[in-house]
Amino acid sequence: MKPVLLKGGRVVDPSQNHDAVADLLIVDGKVEALKKKLSAPDGAEIVDCKGKVVAPGLVDIHVHLREPGREDAETVASGARAAAAGGFTSVCAMPNTDPVTDNQAAIGFIVKQGADAGAARVYPIGATTLGQKGEQLSEFGEMVHAGAVAVSDDGHPVVSTQIMRSALEYARSFGIPVAEHCEDPYLFKHGVMHEGTVSARMGLKGIPSACEAIMVARNLLLAELTGGHMHLCHMSSRESVALIRRAKDRNVNVTAEGAPHHFALTHEATEGYDTNAKMNPPLREEADIEAVRAGLKDGTLDVIATDHAPHHYESKEREFDDAPFGVIGLETALGIGLTQLVGEGYLTLPELINRMSTEPARIFHLPAGTLRRGVAADVTVFDPEARGVVDPAAFLSKSRNTPFGGWELSGKVERTLVGGVTVFTG
Amino acid sequence: MTVPTLGKDLLGLEPLTKEQIQLVLDTAEPFKEVSERTIKKVPALRGKTIVNLFFEASTRTRISFEFAEKRLSADTVNVVAAGSAVQKGETLVDTARNLEAMRIDMVVMRHPSSGAAKFLAERIPSNVINGGDGTHEHPTQALLDMLTIRDKFGRLDGLKVCICGDITHSRVARSNIWGLRKLGAEVAVCGPQSLMPGGIEGLGVTVFRRIEEAIEWADVLNILRLQLERMKAGYIPSLREYYRVFGVTLERLEQAPHDLLILHPGPMNRGVEIDSRVADGPHSVILDQVTNGVAVRMAVLYLLAGGRPELAEAAKGSGREVEE
Repeated sequence: MKPVLLKGGRVVDPSQNHDAVADLLIVDGKVEALKKKLSAPDGAEIVDCKGKVVAPGLVDIHVHLREPGREDAETVASGARAAAAGGFTSVCAMPNTDPVTDNQAAIGFIVKQGADAGAARVYPIGATTLGQKGEQLSEFGEMVHAGAVAVSDDGHPVVSTQIMRSALEYARSFGIPVAEHCEDPYLFKHGVMHEGTVSARMGLKGIPSACEAIMVARNLLLAELTGGHMHLCHMSSRESVALIRRAKDRNVNVTAEGAPHHFALTHEATEGYDTNAKMNPPLREEADIEAVRAGLKDGTLDVIATDHAPHHYESKEREFDDAPFGVIGLETALGIGLTQLVGEGYLTLPELINRMSTEPARIFHLPAGTLRRGVAADVTVFDPEARGVVDPAAFLSKSRNTPFGGWELSGKVERTLVGGVTVFTG
Repeated sequence: MTVPTLGKDLLGLEPLTKEQIQLVLDTAEPFKEVSERTIKKVPALRGKTIVNLFFEASTRTRISFEFAEKRLSADTVNVVAAGSAVQKGETLVDTARNLEAMRIDMVVMRHPSSGAAKFLAERIPSNVINGGDGTHEHPTQALLDMLTIRDKFGRLDGLKVCICGDITHSRVARSNIWGLRKLGAEVAVCGPQSLMPGGIEGLGVTVFRRIEEAIEWADVLNILRLQLERMKAGYIPSLREYYRVFGVTLERLEQAPHDLLILHPGPMNRGVEIDSRVADGPHSVILDQVTNGVAVRMAVLYLLAGGRPELAEAAKGSGREVEE
């Protein structure tokens, strides 16, 4: 394996509070040195990174890779390649596959498919309950042993308060978070978009923000009761953000995500019945976008996660009521973050990298998110200034269901390295 | 001065201008007379093929469209398609492609999903008329309601119209709100909040939670049908109580400072949302609505087919040659 010297880039590593022009040397797939000036060892590949940002590889703890079951929409391999193209070096795959990833054999399959893909690293998340039915806990211990990094019934809430309590308690033995999709199923019933002026006008069944916040409140109380690590997925409403902020003030063991579409778009994006703006939780209002942005700024929301949810073209080509929820995000997340958060002054560049790399790795205990000496060299090199128009046809993902097609965004991923090996060049 | 046209489709009243809505109402006037003749047929749409595509049960809307089409001499085909939620989507895309292949001219569609008419209109070159899409819009119903009100008052501007009942699930309510407001009427809605969609105030309407307040305020009440299944779904406790608290009764109307015009899009639940003495009373125009429905739909079909409004009188074929 040839050494690699990434020369003269702006190295932003929040784990070491590093933000300065420097050289990064990779030897044997590991970070060897980070210094202002380094000389290349014999035979090293030298990459000129002048004007570029060199950051620890991005980490997305919430993606749906659809394998097994819907390989027409995405596979572990295509998802891992799409991730690399978006600057991600680690992704965590949700278990709502068909069959559900709720046992050690299924976890082992995801691990193997990820390793074979040779792109971004793929870490499986096991189902909280068997078949994601919310009735009986899955075997957390065996799944963790096989490679699971968290449990979640994402796509569905764990409705039973008792089962959620048990999951949080049982998960403590393995040091893993319980990631939860917060939704009151009775308030949700048949809803297809945010309940508000736009749903009233379009005649679509609304999902009120309280549908999410009620479950957030319940889950925060259960985290407080059990001491277990509660991780709240894709927070979309100002009410939820406020509840989490109060819980963190009293040191509840909680972490939470914000998704790019939830800080970039409002419910008005669904005008015209655009099924590419249909996701769950739904796009909400201006004040909710502001709350998600503020939450990412002050750490109420720990991480940015995409909730990458591929769907085959035909399944979105139908009436709004009948189209499935979900949008893809791996190949647009960095650009949306740079444009909507850094460009608009909500976050600094190091803060964005922190929310997209260092923090997600930390809360899910992944060996990533840092350029410290000796760690596997997962690195993303991007040009923060380059502007480009989002062209879904050029995505490496098998799916095209993005609400950002045609958007002009800042940021172009130049190179993604996983364990010192270049897996993507832009 | 440019004469407004309707464009390719009639999907709702929200996208229409005041002038376009007025155009339909004005064009409907000369067509009213056709239905009063012994021979109720004019040649305006001879040679046009129209498909009435109904994915949801309907009696009066479908019959009204069919009469309108036949009285304009169009060739019509009725397709009644029903299916499960999953089949619906596949059917609609494929149906659109099949219809296109058969070289039809117009489609009148009713569909249980909001936005379905727009979905179809974007995929076929034929004219699409929304005959009701989910809980979104039902433009021809609102147009006939407006024509009926205009017949009685001679205007819409400045009138106070209250739509009563299940607003959440009503496409009639939404189309009426857009149409009436564009023509200068004040619009209110009245009913229990459990049947009001969140965010309704954003449509520029006043909300009354008590029917007595609505009656005191309004010149016109448009009383919606209460779907009987709303009770089981938990929106209201009982039909009995609904009638007692929200029913439009003769006693309540007698308290009003002036007479109110009473509309109902039908079919009625007598003794639930409306008292029979009101429905059949002197201020009810419920059957005029039905009569006007045919004229309004003739006007819409005629205009979408490219008919010029100033020629509508001549298009009736009163014996004179039509000169372009």
